[in-house]
Amino acid sequence: MAAFRVLRKFCGIRYNVICQNKGLNDFSRHFQYREFRINGVLCQQTLDSSTERPQFPGACADFVDRLEFIQPNVISGIPVYRVMNRQGQIINPSEDPQLPKEMVVNFYQKMTLLNTMDRILYESQRQGRISFYATNFGEEGTHIGSAAALDPNDLVFGQYREVGVLMYRGFPLELFMAQCHANADDLGKGRQMPVHYGSKDLNFVTISSTLATQIPQAAGAAYTMKRENSNRAVICYFGEGAASEGDAHAGFNFSATLECPIIFFCRNNGYAISTPTREQYRGDGIAARGPGYGIMTIRVDGNDVFAVYNATKEARRRAVTENQPFLIEAMTYRVGHHSTSDDSLAYRSVDEVNYWDKQDHPISRLRNYMTGRGWWGEEEEQAWRKESQEQVMQALEYAERQPKPQIELLFTDVYQELPPHLEKQKQAMWRHLKQYKEHYPLSIYEK
Amino acid sequence: MSLTSFSPSWSDTTAMAAAARFLLRTAGSKASITNVNSCVHSKLGLTPLRVSPSCIPHAKTQKRHAAHFTFQPDPVSTKYGPMQKMNLFQSVTSALDNTLASDPTAVIFGEDVAFGGVFRCTVGLRDKYGKDRVFNTPLCEQGIVGFGIGLAVAGATAIAEIQFADYIFPAFDQIVNEAAKYRYRSGNLFDCGNLTIRAPWGCVGHGSLYHSQSPEAFFAHCPGIKVVIPRGPVQAKGLLLSCIADKNPCIFFEPKILYRAAVDQVPVEPYQIPLSQAEVLQEGSDVTLVAWGTQVHVIREVAAMAQEKLGVSCEVVDLQTILPWDTETVCKSVVKTGRLLISHEAPVTGGFAAEISSTVQEECFLNLEAPIARVCGRRTSWTSEFSISPPIRLNLILSQYMLTTEIARRLFRMH
Ligand SMILES: Cc1ncc(C[n+]2csc(CCOP(=O)(O)OP(=O)(O)O)c2C)c(N)n1
Ligand SMILES: [Mg+2]
Repeated sequence: MAAFRVLRKFCGIRYNVICQNKGLNDFSRHFQYREFRINGVLCQQTLDSSTERPQFPGACADFVDRLEFIQPNVISGIPVYRVMNRQGQIINPSEDPQLPKEMVVNFYQKMTLLNTMDRILYESQRQGRISFYATNFGEEGTHIGSAAALDPNDLVFGQYREVGVLMYRGFPLELFMAQCHANADDLGKGRQMPVHYGSKDLNFVTISSTLATQIPQAAGAAYTMKRENSNRAVICYFGEGAASEGDAHAGFNFSATLECPIIFFCRNNGYAISTPTREQYRGDGIAARGPGYGIMTIRVDGNDVFAVYNATKEARRRAVTENQPFLIEAMTYRVGHHSTSDDSLAYRSVDEVNYWDKQDHPISRLRNYMTGRGWWGEEEEQAWRKESQEQVMQALEYAERQPKPQIELLFTDVYQELPPHLEKQKQAMWRHLKQYKEHYPLSIYEK
Repeated sequence: MSLTSFSPSWSDTTAMAAAARFLLRTAGSKASITNVNSCVHSKLGLTPLRVSPSCIPHAKTQKRHAAHFTFQPDPVSTKYGPMQKMNLFQSVTSALDNTLASDPTAVIFGEDVAFGGVFRCTVGLRDKYGKDRVFNTPLCEQGIVGFGIGLAVAGATAIAEIQFADYIFPAFDQIVNEAAKYRYRSGNLFDCGNLTIRAPWGCVGHGSLYHSQSPEAFFAHCPGIKVVIPRGPVQAKGLLLSCIADKNPCIFFEPKILYRAAVDQVPVEPYQIPLSQAEVLQEGSDVTLVAWGTQVHVIREVAAMAQEKLGVSCEVVDLQTILPWDTETVCKSVVKTGRLLISHEAPVTGGFAAEISSTVQEECFLNLEAPIARVCGRRTSWTSEFSISPPIRLNLILSQYMLTTEIARRLFRMH
């Protein structure tokens, strides 16, 4: 498992924060401070002109007398950690996480259930029954492998293509459907576009459309967890496109300097809508940035659910015990279109898509592994396909029958309270709706 | 919006000419805009501001001549227990100190806050409460606000400092798209109501383009946040504590010209001044004057001058909260006086005075005796005191003289 490369030598200067008990309320009893570590690079503390080492405060390095630029290493590249080959065989037995059968079958069932839900909701959008959808095809391994390696109390900040994480945590199909249909059961009260899920109970922060904004936020949440000493970590998912945003830089740099127990999980699926990675960055992917921020980093094969599991598990363990960020770049491929508003044939070939769909898919790789162990056969497959399809259809049909959220909910939650100016706007809306009710489909809303 | 494209509109030119006449007539009678305290602009606000001994006004005099106005200390009230003499930055420190003492989840962070902040608002707090609670962040405003949102979402009380309001724009997205919409978009599953963003704000005489702005109107357009601006030390502490306690994300703009210039007797213990409530500072019968922050002190003097020179009785209102603002107090006053003048430092076009004006026009149309007047910043950027021509210098300070002439000309058609 020693897949993490030590990027820098750190010297751990330890000190304890003195707990101020003055005037603390009950809360303080549950509130003990974790030991804080300052990562000091091994640099001399006092200025000394007699040594020939540089004394600049901003770096710790030697002098050289040859003019040489540092070459970005994009030729050989950062290696991709994997546990299984494409046929689902374990390459190095010492890296086999040796997960029990029930757990692996659960992985498989969650990956395929997600796949089924995606197919049905995609079709449902095509038929005009929901407004929008985005599938997760081809990236199921990154979701399930990482979700399984976390503690259920760990807080998830996601983008929009990590639905498997929420599914793994037990978010019911009915609630996925309620969100996509913006019906009265939607926990988000029907306010966002489809696929913007959230669950307080499952520690999954509601998705925002604005890319990368969750990255510095996740660092802040991790800092709170460090101070609570609650043995919780934060995981933050984002695409390789979102990683170009300034907020990604902010999140990496803040988490490193402020020593936050967080896992940055980048799904590098080759595209940001139509933009290929070649036009997104020129370095060696997202992993190459980790060392620049002083962040422990690994690149994994995202289509290998065990590689993702191992890397996330170890990153999570160390993030919490050492209070430092980890960066995982999971290499994968977006098999579906970006969303229902996109036709990817305009910018990539069918052959390319087919390669990933047919030759290197996380679901078939795991199935090969299970078949190899005699854990899964054609019979189980047929039965599960039928069952999962029925579950999804049932949930979909139920969601379609539910009323829309109460009209009043238009005005709540803007502020915690309802300020007078919104109360006034609400009254004005009701006056209008009462007077012209025949022009509005008022019956579809919950009373 | 740049200096080179400055072309005063017709009304601007007239206003300036009128103001110039007024200035000539009253020259030497009182502090004018040329009287901007040299102690202030001898220190560029980029380094920790320190008052040299010669700049400290006589301890005996309560009035301070630090700027283009005279700060009137708040009347002393002992309602909240023991008091201490504090300037505005010290009253902010006091509020932060109270918060750190009573709330173990509270943290304070931003650029250079650990050693006390460039305006000294966090002096001593790191030593008192620990490095994990009062800390520096990397130099990145979107990171500071994003990090603060995350802290709050996970249950902490987050108090973020943006070093100057002029530099809040990299965080605009985090404030407008994230902080403001967190509760709404999640159906109240998640919120960042425990986030407060503090930022030094407004003109200071020498701040030039990028240390002088008053960006409240940009945020006033954004449902979900609160925007608050105090006029002095007593309000700064009470309103800041309200922002911190409030369950919505708040932006707290601190008039930086008042950090040292304004001194009040401030309660040592925590107390709150309610948000979304304007304060009537002086009752009057002929015209309502509305302002917030620094400009409150200017309109107070305008009220005195209008009484003296024009025989006009002014009602003076400090709005205090920009969003959601107290329409009731303002409208009630206008119903009584029939006239309204709003003044702010920010440019007039799309400034918050426009919103107030529009609302008052809707609510009080039949009570209005004259068109509502806005006397606000010119449609240029703020420029430096040094290196500028005299007409543009007028841009820096919306002087008492200019405001009084505007009352006479626009509201009473005296000129
Ligand atoms: C700040 C912002 N800019 C642009 C968009 C529009 N947009 C939505 S998804 C997307 C591509 C994201 O690509 P990536 O991060 O690689 O994630 P993927 O879709 O590949 O999972 C873009 C440009 C947005 N939502 N937010
Ligand atoms: Mg992508």
